[in-house]
Amino acid sequence: MTVAAHERTFEPTAYHIKKSPEGAALDISNFNLWYGKSQALHDINMEIQKGEVTALIGPSGCGKSTLLRCLNRMNDLIDDLRIAGQIKVDGFDIYGPGVDVIALRKRMGMVFQKPNPFAMSIYDNVVYPLRVDGITKKSILDETCERALRSAALWDEAKDRLKESALGMSGGQQQRLCIARGIASDPEVLLMDEPCSALDPIATAKIEELIDQLKGHYTIVIVTHNMQQAARVSDNTGFMYLGRLIEYGDTRTIFTTPKKTQTEDYVSGRFG
Amino acid sequence: MTDYLDPDTPASGAAGAAATVARETVQPRPARGKRVRVLSADLSAVGEPALWAFGGALALGLILIASFLAMVAWNGFTTFWPKPIAQVELRDGTLLAGEPTRANRFRPGEHVLAQLDDDQRAYIEANLGFADRTLFKTANFDLYGDDFRWVADFEMAEITYPMDFHLFERQQWGTFVGRVGGLVIDGEPRDFDYRLMQREQTAARQRFNEIRRIERRDIGALNHYIDRERLAIRRAELRYGEDSERAQALIAEAQANIASYEAQFAELQIRVNEIREHDRRYRVILEEVNGRTVDTELSQIVRFYPANALNWPQAMGIYLSRWWEFVSTEPREANTQGGVLPAIFGTVAMTLLMVVFVAPFGVITALYLREYAKQGRLTSIVRISVNNLAGVPSIVYGVFGLGFFVFVVGGGVDQMFFPESLPNPTFGKGGILWASLTLALLTVPVVIVATEEALSAVPRSMREGSLACGASKWQTIRHVVLPKALPGIMTGMILAMARGAGEVAPLMLVGVVKLAPALPVDGFFPFLHLDRSFMHLGFHIFDVGFQSRNSEAGKPMVFVTTLLLLALIVTMNATAITIRNRLKKKYAGGQF
Ligand SMILES: Nc1ncnc2c1ncn2[C@@H]1O[C@H](COP(=O)(O)OP(=O)(O)OP(=O)(O)O)[C@@H](O)[C@H]1O
Ligand SMILES: [Mg+2]
Repeated sequence: MTVAAHERTFEPTAYHIKKSPEGAALDISNFNLWYGKSQALHDINMEIQKGEVTALIGPSGCGKSTLLRCLNRMNDLIDDLRIAGQIKVDGFDIYGPGVDVIALRKRMGMVFQKPNPFAMSIYDNVVYPLRVDGITKKSILDETCERALRSAALWDEAKDRLKESALGMSGGQQQRLCIARGIASDPEVLLMDEPCSALDPIATAKIEELIDQLKGHYTIVIVTHNMQQAARVSDNTGFMYLGRLIEYGDTRTIFTTPKKTQTEDYVSGRFG
Repeated sequence: MTDYLDPDTPASGAAGAAATVARETVQPRPARGKRVRVLSADLSAVGEPALWAFGGALALGLILIASFLAMVAWNGFTTFWPKPIAQVELRDGTLLAGEPTRANRFRPGEHVLAQLDDDQRAYIEANLGFADRTLFKTANFDLYGDDFRWVADFEMAEITYPMDFHLFERQQWGTFVGRVGGLVIDGEPRDFDYRLMQREQTAARQRFNEIRRIERRDIGALNHYIDRERLAIRRAELRYGEDSERAQALIAEAQANIASYEAQFAELQIRVNEIREHDRRYRVILEEVNGRTVDTELSQIVRFYPANALNWPQAMGIYLSRWWEFVSTEPREANTQGGVLPAIFGTVAMTLLMVVFVAPFGVITALYLREYAKQGRLTSIVRISVNNLAGVPSIVYGVFGLGFFVFVVGGGVDQMFFPESLPNPTFGKGGILWASLTLALLTVPVVIVATEEALSAVPRSMREGSLACGASKWQTIRHVVLPKALPGIMTGMILAMARGAGEVAPLMLVGVVKLAPALPVDGFFPFLHLDRSFMHLGFHIFDVGFQSRNSEAGKPMVFVTTLLLLALIVTMNATAITIRNRLKKKYAGGQF
């Protein structure tokens, strides 16, 4: 992987109309969620700052993915799901009546815990968000594809096989492809669920670099099991445990002088 | 408690026995445990017996299928091979000639036995009362009134294979077995010469085909135009009133056209008659084994060959030419001879039409059921009902097709769009459209079930990925779910196609006929005539094998047609499977 491949930064493009140039603020208040009878989220209160990187950490099964998926209403697909409380995007309640879920999701890019490329070519995968927006102009699609792939540190590997099926790639490549897809349409908010869990250290570094560059233009929420990564890339960190947000604040504070002993134990690796 | 070691101690009695039992039930356990460990696993855990059972069942199934296919293939492939003609001299002095087709044993009746010689009777008695007999295909139906004759061994005096015996396949009256009594070439009697006859027969066949071409194509076209003008007259009358000026003008125009067509018609008629007249001057006298003759035009002979004087390449040539005739011409002689081209065409056309109908219908239904309908009791009931539809006897679909498609829909279409041809139905009778719709209905459960399976096999994470990109539900289905499910949907289509192509019973009610006057596709607008009845290989098998005047004559054709139908279905399926695999490969690739 060459450095040259990554020199261009990921600039927002003109064709995508942004409501706020530096991302959107998310405001979660008194949020509860039940899968059937079991409660997965308890009374979450969390203000996610515009244009900053927020990390969610916590032991497996504590509800990080669940919370993340609520931010773009991905959980709507699950039957028997119940929520209480509010999540506001730029002051606008996304669970309120008459919300256009598709418009909401268009403002957010998402990278899932497991890579989920579509059964299409690599190229079609990357430009999929643009295609569903009705963009058909080849020059825009080509340009976006290259830029998104470069940002996701995949261009060098993929440039000669753009027309091949995405399902033929390795797990790590697929994950980077999903990252490229998540940022292809310049969303305001980027939701990443353990984006680096299948990646090698070099690719991980690239993704972290990408996150650094996107900071300021995007609001980023990232779930991670890697403490160093959370410490490196995020401005704010929330520690979750058993469906509760135990502590939330400035990353440096969380990692150096946490207020709760549970947080301290977790970040210092004493349990988790 | 040590006294149990000494069984002779009378005092230990009952207590000792109880202790022994107790020890015995406890003791052996460790030993058995050890043995089991040595054997690694017991039989039920290994599952070997189940495996044998599965293997046996599979083998049985395969053997049944293989022997069925072998039977069809053997009978089908040997039918067209030219067989020798035997001349049999019977004990009563008469002669008989024919192809020996098959032999079996039978038990002669008392009065038959009574007429036999002593040594013959003794021979039969030694065989527990059974004698052998052979079925000869004597042909010459016009002379004998039958095509086949059983001859018992004890009736035969001598069998020879004379070199001058020929087999003639005729345009009418089926085959003829015998000699050439003489030729008439251009009115002049000539002696038989194989070369001469062959040359003249080829020329005569050309004349025959010329007549047929004029009758079918040119006169057929004229008839079509005249019909069209007649309908135009009728339409004008219906639309503007019989006496209106407008109608009168149109009618006059149409009648002028009809007159010109009829003039052309008469011309063609004259031409045909000329050729016929000429053709009648080329004749052949066929002579059967006992000397009775049949005088016929040379053009009536489709094929002839000296059955007992053929070398291997000649036999092969005849074999191939018969296959070619079979797949490329129309049937003759009540379907027992000639080809099955219209049936091949009808089967393929109907199956393709059926796919055209069943694919969108089944896929849309499955999409709605799986993706849009709320999954509850009602959807379950619908799903179960769809599955059960697959078990409804196919003839019931035929009845439904007749009652609904043909009478209700077809009748309505006729009233609305073709009033001028009433009371003759256009769509209000069986036709290829209604047949393929009926079959589409019959096979739609297969497609629905397969499509639903394929849709539910698309991973949820893929859908989520698409939705997270801001795609609507429809976009997700259209661009992500359907492409991924396509190979599975194709599998459903393949199953439906195989089922539909082999179905016969419902078709008999909604459009299949024994002999269709015209193909559903021709050169006249609108080229594809969905209202026409058609021929079908499956029905052809039924008709030839069980409905013809002489089932013995039709029997070989049953096998050949079955073979062809199987080949056709295999070809269509192979095409579909190739397409599916190509689709699969396009999107496949190892995960990780
Ligand atoms: N679709 C679902 N239906 C029912 N329960 C669910 C569902 N998804 C998650 N849960 C439950 O909710 C809880 C939180 O799950 P979640 O996936 O949010 O954990 P997580 O913090 O992302 O864990 P990990 O780090 O392992 O990914 C778990 O106890 C899980 O069993
Ligand atoms: Mg998770």
